[in-house]
Amino acid sequence: MPPDAVALPAAAAPRAGWALPRDAGWWALLLPAFLLMSVIYVAPILQVLAISVTEPTTGLGNYERLFTSIGVQRVIGTTLRICAVTTVIALLLGYALAYVVALASPRAQRWWLLGVLLPLWISVLVRAFAWVTLLRRQGLVNQGLQGLGLIDEPLALVWNEFGIVVGMVHYMVPYAVLPMLAAMREIDPRLLAAARGLGASRLMAFARVFLPLSAPGLVAAGVLVFIFSLGFYITPAILGGGKTLMAAEWIKLQILDLVRWGMGAMLATVVVVAILTTLAVFSRVVNLRRLFGGGH
Amino acid sequence: MSAPVAHALELRGLSKRYGSFIAVDAVSLRVDRGQFLTLLGPSGSGKTTILMAIAGFVAPSEGAVLLDGADITGLSPERRDFGMVFQGYALFPHMTVAENVAFPLRVRGLSRADRDARVRGALDLVQLAAFAGRRPSQLSGGQQQRVALARALVFDPALLLLDEPLSALDKKLRAELQDELKALHRRVGRTFVNVTHDQEEALSLSDQVAILNHGRLVQMGAPEALYERPRTRFVADFLGKSNFLQGTVREVGATGMALQAGATRLVQAGAAHPAPGRPALLSLRPEKIGLLAGAETAENEVAGTIASWAYLGAGYSLSVRTADLGEIRVALPAWRAPIAPREGLPVRLGWAADAAVPVLEDADAA
Ligand SMILES: Nc1ncnc2c1ncn2[C@@H]1O[C@H](COP(=O)(O)OP(=O)(O)OP(=O)(O)O)[C@@H](O)[C@H]1O
Ligand SMILES: [Mg+2]
Repeated sequence: MPPDAVALPAAAAPRAGWALPRDAGWWALLLPAFLLMSVIYVAPILQVLAISVTEPTTGLGNYERLFTSIGVQRVIGTTLRICAVTTVIALLLGYALAYVVALASPRAQRWWLLGVLLPLWISVLVRAFAWVTLLRRQGLVNQGLQGLGLIDEPLALVWNEFGIVVGMVHYMVPYAVLPMLAAMREIDPRLLAAARGLGASRLMAFARVFLPLSAPGLVAAGVLVFIFSLGFYITPAILGGGKTLMAAEWIKLQILDLVRWGMGAMLATVVVVAILTTLAVFSRVVNLRRLFGGGH
Repeated sequence: MSAPVAHALELRGLSKRYGSFIAVDAVSLRVDRGQFLTLLGPSGSGKTTILMAIAGFVAPSEGAVLLDGADITGLSPERRDFGMVFQGYALFPHMTVAENVAFPLRVRGLSRADRDARVRGALDLVQLAAFAGRRPSQLSGGQQQRVALARALVFDPALLLLDEPLSALDKKLRAELQDELKALHRRVGRTFVNVTHDQEEALSLSDQVAILNHGRLVQMGAPEALYERPRTRFVADFLGKSNFLQGTVREVGATGMALQAGATRLVQAGAAHPAPGRPALLSLRPEKIGLLAGAETAENEVAGTIASWAYLGAGYSLSVRTADLGEIRVALPAWRAPIAPREGLPVRLGWAADAAVPVLEDADAA
């Protein structure tokens, strides 16, 4: 990134001699972080963009493959499908969990939250391999089901899309819970009592009052989980067993194994654009600042 | 009133314990159909707990709630069919005013046409028809309160429960809405049970007031009766202001008694006959005391000096220091004040034999 772009906020600051705007000091404090981000984050992304239109030849040839290559389309289709399924399941589980936490006593809430957040401190790698041990043909789940006589042959639970979804859902549930819990905590419990007092059954009070009031959290969690899922690499790589390719692994394959930098960079760019577009669309629907912890 | 059941609502020995803490202690009371009952008491006296037990949100530890003679203690809140105005109103923020008011009808499965007609009627009742399309957040506090009332009345409940419906409003608006609430009660003719810790509100709105303290029902009656004939020191003190005169019974007659407080002799009308020699406590309202001018006399007279005074617009509030009865508070209408008060001014106070009321110490009443 050209250095003069970085100087923009500072250049806008001094207006009448010493009379700096009140925020100028804060902007100056942000400058080092801004520079660092430009160098280690924005610059490489721009470089990727550049590679995608220059390798192997200059032009939009790589992007043409989006429409012509069945292989590329299959990867995109698989990725979208797995991400959508993961998002829906993580939202359902996360909603139920957030609901229980939101209605628990303050003491119980702390324990629930600890339980929800605990997996976040365990490495993705460890969790993925743990799922492999549980789900493989001789794993605990298959042995258990066979022991109970429910199945004769072990089920294919891992090294396919099912395994990937299990691992991804497990990873994403805490991220689904947090925004929804935040939204639910803002719901005045008296509204539910009011609904009951005015003649609504528990179910109706939930459907007509709680659900609509928690909807912003649901949407926010959906966006968050979906975007996170798009970039998943380790979990699908391990639980997919190399047979089901998602975008991130496909990019790695293109660049490291096939040395087709242009193709890898093209899909990477597509993913980034997809994420930014999703954010742009949903920033009009929900308050993103609130979703990511800013504001109040 | 042809039905054999005279009482719309009855509480029988209602108690609620939280662990070893007794929030409500054996409260029994009855409300006649169409009456306006107010539960009045200081903070923490158990008012909300009683209201929530009536509504079905709090399960009583003991006792029963009866509606038209039928025990409804175990019935869930939504089956009781009571209208309810919550503390802070609890309007649904994601619905418009009209949708809020339609909510009780919607959950009862009324058709759209029926709903619309009833909602319009209820909004007209509280003069908010023009605001039907707004969200609660776009309304003033007073308007929100009226939406809550419309929502609670729209399904024509037999009983309307109100938890501090006016406490969130400023003083002027509160007075206005008090009048409206009273008019509304008369118009709809339903039984209202209201909770407040504002004694003025209780006096001006209610047919019956139940005074609570520490979870107990201390006294219940019409506002005038409670104000004029408080049974205990707590009631006299909580409802309006009062002076408490401590004395010893000297003589007892058919129509009254004489008390001695230091060198001061007091005469007190009444049919109560405590034994001579016993201590007695009188409650004397500040507005029943007059300043005696010149040769004027009264059945009870005591001399003192003005310790402090305040001008309150409609009148003066004096604090008069006396030798035998401590400080006595006097409320003097400004138009009748014979003097311009100033600190240290010697005055003579006078009141009639029937101006004060004998009351019990709270410990004796329990
Ligand atoms: N769920 C509960 N657990 C324990 N104690 C409670 C509970 N609910 C109420 N209490 C206690 O019961 C007592 C009565 O409470 P309540 O809410 O009925 O008082 P109130 O008369 O409505 O007071 P206020 O005027 O402050 O609203 C209080 O001391 C309160 O702390
Ligand atoms: Mg209360």
